[in-house]
Amino acid sequence: MASITLKRGTTRRTRQLVLDAFFAWLLFAGTLVASLVLAVLLLEIFQTGWDRLAADPVDFLTRFVSRIPQRAGIKAALVGSIYLMGLVALISFPIGLGAALYLEELAPRGRLANFVEANIANLAGVPSVVYGILGLGVFVRFAQMGPSLLAGALTLSVMSLPVIIIAAREAIRAVPSSIRLGAYALGATKLQAMWTQVLPAALPGTLTGAILALSRAIGETAPLLVIGAAVSIFSVPQGVGDQFSALPLLIFNWTGRPQPAFAEAAAAASIVLLAVLLAMNAVAIFLRNRYATRW
Amino acid sequence: MIPSNVLSRQRTRRGERAAMAGLGLCALVSVLVTVGIVAVLAGETVRFFADYNLVEFLTGTDWAPVGGRTEGGELGILPLLNGTLLIALGSLVVGLPLGLAAAVYLSEYARPRVRSVLKPTLEILAGIPTVVVGFFALNYVTPHVLRPLFGEDDVFVFNAAAGAIGVGLLVVPIIASISEDALRAVPTSLREAAYGLGTSKRVVATRVVIPAALSGITASVILAVSRAVGETMVVTLAAGNSPNITVDVFESIQTITASIAQTVSGEVAAGTTRYRSLFALGSVLFLLTLGLNMLSARFVRRYRQVYQ
Repeated sequence: MASITLKRGTTRRTRQLVLDAFFAWLLFAGTLVASLVLAVLLLEIFQTGWDRLAADPVDFLTRFVSRIPQRAGIKAALVGSIYLMGLVALISFPIGLGAALYLEELAPRGRLANFVEANIANLAGVPSVVYGILGLGVFVRFAQMGPSLLAGALTLSVMSLPVIIIAAREAIRAVPSSIRLGAYALGATKLQAMWTQVLPAALPGTLTGAILALSRAIGETAPLLVIGAAVSIFSVPQGVGDQFSALPLLIFNWTGRPQPAFAEAAAAASIVLLAVLLAMNAVAIFLRNRYATRW
Repeated sequence: MIPSNVLSRQRTRRGERAAMAGLGLCALVSVLVTVGIVAVLAGETVRFFADYNLVEFLTGTDWAPVGGRTEGGELGILPLLNGTLLIALGSLVVGLPLGLAAAVYLSEYARPRVRSVLKPTLEILAGIPTVVVGFFALNYVTPHVLRPLFGEDDVFVFNAAAGAIGVGLLVVPIIASISEDALRAVPTSLREAAYGLGTSKRVVATRVVIPAALSGITASVILAVSRAVGETMVVTLAAGNSPNITVDVFESIQTITASIAQTVSGEVAAGTTRYRSLFALGSVLFLLTLGLNMLSARFVRRYRQVYQ
């Protein structure tokens, strides 16, 4: 390869090599920065909150909130988040799966189907705060549910629905048509083929996507803030009509307080929230690896 | 390929009609959600503009609502738009280099083992709850990074830069994953042709692959902006609640989303102008993000079209 000597000792080729190496390292460094900041973030949360949590974890988990940070606990918020998780799963999974099944298997192809698909894609990109406004207008005020557990669950379900539908559709699309055609050849109706073949095959992928959507929903604060979920409640919700609290909302409230002890409490609550999310994601990944059907 | 819907048994069994109708209803819910959002936003927004002048809302330079009183005070959206813009651009300043670097590295340079560690890291970053990122921005970035670097006096406790850094972090996974998809979609033949001419990986990456994937990268940036515009918790916690028009990123600002959060946190009675301003802001937010998302989708279609 010809090299042009620019000045004594340096060739164009060498300069190119140096630039190549520099570029590669620049990219690697850039990629690392994001991971590094993540590590710093997690470290900071742990450093600030671990002492508070580890000093008396049972106490922290079973006390209600208090004006005195050392005596504040996350019981109402934790229970509220868990109840929310259950309700959202109950509401959004079936509807999301049903919608996906209909759209993939039963709906006639055409302009309407395309419109619905585009609509769902757009809904998936709507900010969570707007879903909160929707919940406020429809569930809290119009349906007069007030800032109740049901209103919160419905709001978060509506927010998770587009993501679940998209995940379910991907899972259903992954089922090869030979499976359906085989069922039809044996005399099955569309619904029979769907129920006995397609649904079981698409279920693991759908569940994985749904659990991931759920874990996002549990970490969301804005929708609950807008519908008026409580922070200072001193009882656990007994029914769906009761007021409720949630972990992210509590973290938000405590972070906004000036006392450093509340910052510690917020960090401790963050650790609990991250642990819950980690558990949910681990379940989702486990499901995907164990039960994902390979064609 | 024979359409498979004519091959199934055409006579449905008992009850199947009802089951299929049930599934259809589930699909209808998705349409109803959009109808609901539009109805709620439009309804209250129209009532808001019955009380408050639309032109003043869009061009006013003061956002100073007065408690829960019906008059509502001065409600000009420009300071909030300024805040949102600062955060969006700031988050791109942070997120675009990091996200793009990660995308190029993962698609062109990384070995499988490195990939298997770095990709999950980005996914974890995407999964961190926004309150936690907001906590980090407020309690770590401002006191331990921004203030030491730029001076205690210049950096406010709540400032746009901390918010932008936090949102930038949230946006890195979006840019990285969509850009990486676009980069990988560039056919290997293009790369091979360039290598055949004797160029290095760096030249191939910067002169061949990135330009070829440009529409996909643009789509990721637009989507990132949309995410930044809609982000609430990080900015409410770290960027402040002071609506003002400024370019100083170390000052306290307020975004549209933070203003919504502030309005619902106070005691605001239903039916007042202040309450309705919430929906007007929500409408602006909805239209902004919808427009950005649709624009991004157009760019995604373009890069998918060219190579697939």
